[in-house]
Amino acid sequence: MAKKKFVVGCFDDEAVLFPAVKKVRTAGYKIHDVYTPFAVHGLDHAMGLRETSLHTAGFIYGITGTATALSSISWIFTKDWPLNIGGKPHFALPAWIPIMFELTVLFAAVGMVLTFCYLCQLAPFVKKHHFHPRATDDLFVMVIECTDKTNTDDLQAFLQSNGALETKVEVAEDGWWLGRYDKDEMPFEDKQIVAA
Amino acid sequence: MHLKYESQLREPLVYGDKTYKQVTEDIVRPIEAKPTKLWYVGFYIAVALLMFGVYSVYREVTYGIGQWNLNKTVGWGWDITNFVWWVGIGHAGTLISAILLLFRQGWRTGVNRAAEAMTIFAVMCAGQFPIFHMGRVWMAFFVLPYPNSRGPLWVNFNSPLLWDVFAISTYFTVSLLFWYSGLIPDFATVRDRAFTKLRKRLYGIASFGWTGSTKHWQRHESLSLVLAGLSTPLVLSVHTIVSFDFATSVIPGWHTTIFPPYFVAGAIFSGFAMVQTLMIIVRKVFAMEDYVTIGHIEAMNKVIVLTGSIVGIAYLTELFMGWYSQNKYEGYTFWYSRAYLFSPYGWSYWGMMACNVLSPQIFWFRKMRRNIFVTFFMSIIVNIGMWFERFVIIVTSLYRDYLPSSWSVYYSPTIWEIGFYAGTFGLFFTCFFLFAKYFPVIAIAEIKYVLKTTGEGYKNQMGHIEEQKLEEFVHEHAHH
Repeated sequence: MAKKKFVVGCFDDEAVLFPAVKKVRTAGYKIHDVYTPFAVHGLDHAMGLRETSLHTAGFIYGITGTATALSSISWIFTKDWPLNIGGKPHFALPAWIPIMFELTVLFAAVGMVLTFCYLCQLAPFVKKHHFHPRATDDLFVMVIECTDKTNTDDLQAFLQSNGALETKVEVAEDGWWLGRYDKDEMPFEDKQIVAA
Repeated sequence: MHLKYESQLREPLVYGDKTYKQVTEDIVRPIEAKPTKLWYVGFYIAVALLMFGVYSVYREVTYGIGQWNLNKTVGWGWDITNFVWWVGIGHAGTLISAILLLFRQGWRTGVNRAAEAMTIFAVMCAGQFPIFHMGRVWMAFFVLPYPNSRGPLWVNFNSPLLWDVFAISTYFTVSLLFWYSGLIPDFATVRDRAFTKLRKRLYGIASFGWTGSTKHWQRHESLSLVLAGLSTPLVLSVHTIVSFDFATSVIPGWHTTIFPPYFVAGAIFSGFAMVQTLMIIVRKVFAMEDYVTIGHIEAMNKVIVLTGSIVGIAYLTELFMGWYSQNKYEGYTFWYSRAYLFSPYGWSYWGMMACNVLSPQIFWFRKMRRNIFVTFFMSIIVNIGMWFERFVIIVTSLYRDYLPSSWSVYYSPTIWEIGFYAGTFGLFFTCFFLFAKYFPVIAIAEIKYVLKTTGEGYKNQMGHIEEQKLEEFVHEHAHH
């Protein structure tokens, strides 16, 4: 994993963040990511991210589930062990609809969640660099990737003029690794435990 | 300047003048504070009940189903009653998290997390009953279709009981995934403000390394939406299939096409009642009245009066069909075994009518819908009523069937049957107490998402927009 240099700008209002994202992009900087405490609708479009295809994957998983159920049940009941149930047809399609439906849902849901975790590189024991601990609380953290030519002072001033409350330069890994979160700095360590 | 606007006529979903920070603080507080005495008392009672349940199940597994008062005629009794009751309770969680998400109902954000947790725990409790009803529980895996050395002898894919195996296990899995995927960002919030090493480490593992990246949020939104779209027909299918367990048989009182919609409505009815019971306690104990507002409670009471009335219509339709079909067995079941007050189980039918159909009508009055005490009391009444409903369906249809020679004596449960049921309460509340202590009981990220549209403080600031002329508004906002 290569370490990269980033300029970080923190915003506390999405209404300030949107114009800032627009201006940073027009100025030609490359936004590495914006970390937000909740899903800010439209931010993906503002950053120029393409639509996710996760739902297409879900559709494919679902069809796989339907096909699995239909093919296995029909093979079992017509070829492998044709069971005579009151003289009824061996190929009893209407009676299989419930299981076909359940497997469709099961495959789609499990497949999508696993794909989601894979795409976002999420798993237990995975550790990533966090640019600001309050990015999951109340700050919208814009991270801009620096090139050799980037003047970090200018960029920080530019972010501040666009409403960033706090800016900093950080050198960080941008991937993930196996690690523990308790090795981090503990920003809230001085806090007292109080009874509710 | 605001990105979103909502009319002031609509009640705020978050009371008080909150910031994002305060939302985090308020919801994470119970996790970071030491549990109160009340929590310990409740938790230990739940664990004690669970232990009693474990012992009851131990008796049943060791000595066999004879520990219960089931007999050849009443082959399903408290166990299947409890199974259907618990599964039904689970349905409200999925309804709130999935169907209300598709319908864009903002108020779901206050209650969805706890309701989904309730779903998962309720389905866990429900699953125990059919599993232990098998008797030789160590052979429970025989219900799964897998290539085996017995032929291979397969399960019967045409049987509603097998559909149930697939339906309940899919329902549990999908609910768990839906719930946990929503929890990941909130665990990250707890992790990033943790002040002990252990907490930081454990929530670090639980949050899967979530950062809050925009791309991840985009995928997360897509995932939630599709899971909601999948869960919606799923939840309807689950209780439909549970009702097929009865409807595809030839027992009078069960053999009816009305069962699927009637069971689904009943499930949502009892589920919402359980959500009310839990949320009224949670909002009080954790001081979350600002997030689970009286408006939320009113909205749920509206669902209760609607679904309760649907169930009522189903009861009346059944009675009508019992007469109109001119089928003497149907007529006997509905008009004697059930509706005749002085028949052996007449008390349970009228208990059901009183609890499910008559008493929820009180919620036509706004004052009653917005009264915490009435709501809490009613939520328990409804759950008793819905238990009676399943008991009525199962026992009154079974105890006197076609042949008077096979009619059974009066069926009443043994202490171990009751103990098993009590034990599932123990399991449910043990899980719920742990959830309430260690998990964010309200979806933090989702509250933040609706905060600036529906938070009281933000709504008040929008007063001037209401008074503005259209031209002024356009002029002021056009440059964005």
